[in-house]
Amino acid sequence: MTARIGVVTFPGSLDDRDTQRAIRLAGAEPVALWHKDKDLKQVDAVVLCGGFSYGDYLRAGAIARFSPVMDTLVDQAKAGLPVLGICNGFQILTEAHLLPGAMLGNDHLHFICRDQKLRVENAETAWTSDYTAGQEISIPLKNMDGRYVADAYTLDKLEAEGRVAFRYLTRGEAAEGYGNPNGSLNDIAGITNDAGNVVGLMPHPEHATEPLIGTGRTDGLPFFTSILKKLVTA
Amino acid sequence: MARVVVDVMLKPEILDPQGQAVQRALPRLGFEGISDVRQGKRFELEVDGPVDDAALARIHDLAESFLANTVIEDFTVKVEEVAEAAK
Repeated sequence: MTARIGVVTFPGSLDDRDTQRAIRLAGAEPVALWHKDKDLKQVDAVVLCGGFSYGDYLRAGAIARFSPVMDTLVDQAKAGLPVLGICNGFQILTEAHLLPGAMLGNDHLHFICRDQKLRVENAETAWTSDYTAGQEISIPLKNMDGRYVADAYTLDKLEAEGRVAFRYLTRGEAAEGYGNPNGSLNDIAGITNDAGNVVGLMPHPEHATEPLIGTGRTDGLPFFTSILKKLVTA
Repeated sequence: MARVVVDVMLKPEILDPQGQAVQRALPRLGFEGISDVRQGKRFELEVDGPVDDAALARIHDLAESFLANTVIEDFTVKVEEVAEAAK
């Protein structure tokens, strides 16, 4: 038996199928979860995927946070269930207060879509153990509301506790995917909770899992192999 | 029937690029002397029944948990007289 990883579909989710495919490529079994269903089908981990849940009305992720599936998910995440939020999923996790801070519109007010250079800052979470700390990777980024903000106290705490999981690489040419793409404070691309089971980031690792498409690299695959390794050895 | 208005604004320390874009457009329209613009949201809630302290407390909770994200936004709640309901 391999690990079963749930992927939640909200109205407006876009990347649920790509995420299921990435999970399958890593060797785990993807399980479709539905936003109206409180039942998590006894999965071992959950991915909240990208898209525009509920049209991103009010604020990105604000309405999804109150959907039935999230009631169960919030409780189980607090109890240790591994949860990865990608893009809109990251926004939902901040709205649900499973991760600190909030996401706002890109500082340049435009949608951005490009391959983004990142540095892995924390390779000890449930979702990043197959990376090495300091590793530089390239992952597609596509969003409108990618600007991570938090108050000074929260930022200091995240930095001091090593909870910035991914940072945008800024030293290089924009055409090659370098630079802070949205005005995120401290160039933060992704963070983890204190326990390391809940991780959120704006770029899309599920789009970088096959050499034939996207960046031509598989820099996103370790997210899914990390969690699989953790679950099967647990 | 009464109307309760919830105004939501980004906290002062949070960058508001939308407001800045509006502010930068003003000189082109011939409006001088506006040094800053910040953009917010206004919610008008039509309330069935009396807007008593209990109703206002519930709306305050709603604003705090849903209409505003208090990590980045401040909000105010105020009762507005609706014309036909005026005494």
